[in-house]
Amino acid sequence: MLLISCPHCGPRDEHEFAYGHEAHIARPTLEQQNTMTDAEWADYLFMRKNPKGVHFERWVHARGCRQWFNVARHTVTHEIIKVYPMGEPAPKLEQK
Amino acid sequence: MAEAYTRRSPLQHFGLTAAAAKSNAAGAEVLIGESAHRAIVNIRGDGGEAFKAAVRSVTGVDLPVKPNTTAQAGAFRILWLGPTEWWVVTTSGAEEKLVADLRQAFIGQHAAVIDVSESRAVITLSGTKARDMLARGCSLDLHPRVFGPGQCAQTGLTKANIMLDQTDAAPSFDIYVLKSFADYLWQWFWLIGRDYKLAIKAH
Repeated sequence: MLLISCPHCGPRDEHEFAYGHEAHIARPTLEQQNTMTDAEWADYLFMRKNPKGVHFERWVHARGCRQWFNVARHTVTHEIIKVYPMGEPAPKLEQK
Repeated sequence: MAEAYTRRSPLQHFGLTAAAAKSNAAGAEVLIGESAHRAIVNIRGDGGEAFKAAVRSVTGVDLPVKPNTTAQAGAFRILWLGPTEWWVVTTSGAEEKLVADLRQAFIGQHAAVIDVSESRAVITLSGTKARDMLARGCSLDLHPRVFGPGQCAQTGLTKANIMLDQTDAAPSFDIYVLKSFADYLWQWFWLIGRDYKLAIKAH
């Protein structure tokens, strides 16, 4: 079990949270959408990073305050390196 | 809102009033009971000064903006649910006027007022072993140096989602649970309660 620090509620058990997959996926602008190829659309819709190392992902405190936030988590050690608010750019972290 | 005369407690079939009369509270480690129906009004807004002033003008309560805390003034108790969401809890029957008053006070603001009274049942738990009993199904640290009166938390208790509100240092807890989960949660308490001296409290 992970102990995740909700930015509002503090450390809570993993079972209170729901996983929201990869963070920082920008939706194409309207202009881009008009000129995008099917391959580019597929890339935006389906292709996800699957790193062995630090992964930036979204979580929601579903059984608590119901707020979304971002988490930087190491996919091997499960270490939670950073919790940061929605809308913030991914932090620059030293690779471990 | 259900008419008061058609409202049935989700725990009615356990016959708690009669059970409480037969229950021996002397020497009990845990007292468990079902609170009378409460008025619960969900309010949403930015929590800013205008919002706080509107809430204060209706309830007399200073809105708790610190996460997972409660505040009380007179008959009104406010529980923090999220950075933009609170519950105003008061005695049953007051919900209609409370909703109308709050909506009036929020005019011109980006806010919402919803009566959710009928959604929850309230199970009360108190006594020296109340924390131990909760710890059997709840992952929160309820040690007095971490969790005390004036604090509340939405969390999971066994498989039910609850709002846990510590009302005094006895300790006493109010457990708000969805009505459809109330029977399950009561039976779970009953199962776990075999390990403690349990008594039913009348409300």
